[in-house]
Amino acid sequence: MTALPLSRRMLLKAGGAVIVSFGIPSLAQAASNQPTGAPRTLDPAQVDGFLAFHADGTVSVFSGKVDLGTGLRIAIRQMAAEELGIGVDQIALIEGDTALTPDQGPTAGSTGVARGGVQIRQAAATARQALIGLAAGRLKRPAGELDLIAGEVRPVAGGPADSPGVTVASLIGDRLLDLPIDAKAPLRDPDGYKLVGQSLPRPDVPEKVMGRHVYVHDFSLPGMLHGRVIRPPAIDARLETVDETSIAGLNGVRIIRIKDFLGVVAEDEWTAVRAADRLKATWSGGQHLPVQSDLYSAIRGTAVARDAAVVSKGDPAVLRGSSQIHTATYQWPIQSHASLGPSCAVADITPDEATIWTASQSTHRFRLAFAKFLDLPAERVRLIYLDGSGCYGMNGHDDAAADAALMSRAVGRPVRVQWMRADEHGWDPKGPPQLLDVSATLDSEGRITAWRTEAWLPLATAGLPNIPLLGPQAAGIGQVQGLSAGLIDQNTDPPYAVANVEATIHWLKSTPLRPSNIRAPGKIANTFAIEGFTDELAAVAGVDPVEFRRRGLSDPRGLDVLRRAATLFGWEPRPSPAPARNGPAEGRGIAYVHYKHSENYVALAMAVTVDPKSGAIRVTRVACSHDCGLVINPDALKNQIEGAIVQTLSRGLHEEVTFDHDRVTSLDWAGYPILTFPELPEITIDLVERRHEPPLGGGEAAAAPVAAALANAVFDAIGIRLRTVPFTPDRVKAAIKERGA
Amino acid sequence: MAPYTLLVNGGTRTIEADDPAKPLLYVLRGDLGLTAAKFGCGLGQCGACTVLVDGAALRSCQLAVSDAVGKTITTLEGLAPPEHPHPVQAAFIAEAAAQCGYCTNGMVLTAKALLDQNPHPTRAEITDGLADNLCRCGTHTRIVRAVLRAAGQG
Repeated sequence: MTALPLSRRMLLKAGGAVIVSFGIPSLAQAASNQPTGAPRTLDPAQVDGFLAFHADGTVSVFSGKVDLGTGLRIAIRQMAAEELGIGVDQIALIEGDTALTPDQGPTAGSTGVARGGVQIRQAAATARQALIGLAAGRLKRPAGELDLIAGEVRPVAGGPADSPGVTVASLIGDRLLDLPIDAKAPLRDPDGYKLVGQSLPRPDVPEKVMGRHVYVHDFSLPGMLHGRVIRPPAIDARLETVDETSIAGLNGVRIIRIKDFLGVVAEDEWTAVRAADRLKATWSGGQHLPVQSDLYSAIRGTAVARDAAVVSKGDPAVLRGSSQIHTATYQWPIQSHASLGPSCAVADITPDEATIWTASQSTHRFRLAFAKFLDLPAERVRLIYLDGSGCYGMNGHDDAAADAALMSRAVGRPVRVQWMRADEHGWDPKGPPQLLDVSATLDSEGRITAWRTEAWLPLATAGLPNIPLLGPQAAGIGQVQGLSAGLIDQNTDPPYAVANVEATIHWLKSTPLRPSNIRAPGKIANTFAIEGFTDELAAVAGVDPVEFRRRGLSDPRGLDVLRRAATLFGWEPRPSPAPARNGPAEGRGIAYVHYKHSENYVALAMAVTVDPKSGAIRVTRVACSHDCGLVINPDALKNQIEGAIVQTLSRGLHEEVTFDHDRVTSLDWAGYPILTFPELPEITIDLVERRHEPPLGGGEAAAAPVAAALANAVFDAIGIRLRTVPFTPDRVKAAIKERGA
Repeated sequence: MAPYTLLVNGGTRTIEADDPAKPLLYVLRGDLGLTAAKFGCGLGQCGACTVLVDGAALRSCQLAVSDAVGKTITTLEGLAPPEHPHPVQAAFIAEAAAQCGYCTNGMVLTAKALLDQNPHPTRAEITDGLADNLCRCGTHTRIVRAVLRAAGQG
């Protein structure tokens, strides 16, 4: 073991409220974590960037991607250990530490395994090839007869039983491998995998269940103060006055005011909470938000930066010239990550250097942002990932880290900031609203002849280094202004064979409330529209929804998940809607996605009952077939898919951020309800095994078809098409009433 | 400042607080270093801060330290030693019933209290019993399976 990983492991294993009086190295030490003091590279093109071999046969793996409760912590170990011929327990994994791990980009877009793991796997394969090469000379045997197993290179099975092996330690000693990653270094044959493809247990689960897992929320430093931030009553409001006497009864509170940034710190957390609650301040001005009930017309009226065709094929005149055009408008509201634990971070900022413990999905990216606003050279700034409450894109974690950094710098002591519930619901960056107009024509055989999508989406600012953070913004510290919500324009065109297709994005200059990427960015709403409208066309054509999709597909992997989901569900072919019956209406729906038209294949069928009196939708069953290529850890993947389904049902049934003229008004779980246990459907998941295909992500794709399948099932049940999320009982009742009228 | 003596995880602990209304959650996390109970909402809505108080699953963000005196408090750390998980914990581990795990504290302790009252619950009784515990990652299916398993029905 190298000194640094060991010390961090000790730190993390210590449990409880960890007091760090040792083991956190200085930045200078951090640059060299070899026992010999040789500098370790963070170059992601180098094997040594990712792997360190130790004399005891164990290996440290340095991953820029982090485990957000997703299973990456075991999956990366499985991928590396498989190539290295060791057990997963022989690997120490270091995640998301800017002083120790290469920059592999943010842990976003379902890239943890697909890019991060694959990169590390290739580093391991390169190391294996090199170690075998070194041993071949030593053993005087051809490399082809040797393999790397259990910390030594030895003859492969079938060789003479008494052939000696040679340990990795004796091959490389304390030296670094000093090798670029070889993209052509051979990977082990998937048919011989021993670890990849196994549902090995996630190491964090027992720690979490026993109450001993150290989240960033549980991390503490000697001399650490607790901070809270007081946000303004309106976005970007100016802070006018602060009445210090309003907290005179509280001991040891320090008020921190930096232009319009207002915070308090105290030795005791409850004191900080009380101080933030009681502190009186006056504010002026601020941004104005659109009227909530006019949200979608406001979007339609927002200034357009430019229009861009995502797809343009065939002849647009076919649609425009048709006398029988089917059209519909789909609307998706602003939604919150609504993390269960409000965001938290600990910062220790001195005049010379900054160390920030954060649940960021993107420590490397924010290292540069923090260096800039703290006015420190980047090499003096270190961000260390610690687990936070689940985030599904950029929630408030990075803002909380900036809050902590501003206040630590102001008081010269380490500061821990945890947001309150209203901070998280009110100020986390939001999933932006989406609006889609779709139109299509059918021929006499019920085939789609032409399709047009128009989507209104906020334009990502080109070259934006990061989403601007609240604290520096209020403190008047310059940041590059702009917005970004991830790759939100994908899957705006149908995955089916249609000769004439136009998909156009009206890229908007602005969107209400600061946006960020939220799970499967854009693609849940886009698929809701595309697959909802596909279902509408199937109903017009009088064709069973599975059969209608099957006719439009030619990709065998797509056809496979569609067939398998239908079988798993027990799908009975017939057109929608279901024949009318008495009592609560029952229906079933299906939706399909080829994620980003280039990644996972997912088909998902769903059964619902709808109570026409109350308007309540109850999802009873979900069956999902999922193909993401090579599966690293089936159980961890299923956990992710289950989560994607449940969370997106919650978004489809319940979730909408509300706001008034000045700010968000859905500030707790009563104002922003999410799905609860009694609503839980039975969920069955089918993983398609494709071990010779590249591994893709597991966190996002299954979310994409959920809202569409839900809307399709509701249509099947009651013959009413819901095109605006969430499908609240009031909205369902109103739709039923409207039809009656 | 006034002293408050609490019975926590089988031991007696005395802490000083300047506010009798200080929620037990902050005492556990800040004064006693017991961080399994999590701050989720401070409103009693989510369940992340659950502890057992005289055997009942209560929200420690809503319980004043002065009202916790004289009661038997068990946190998740005190439910069982790490090497010998409580059957409910063993079931959660076996089912990998966590993603981020921020809600897990409340899920395990609420399930423990539920099973103490009703050792053989139906699935519906379990989902009703957990109705006020929120999970954002969508781990519900596994949590229900874990409780069924702990009840010997898994």
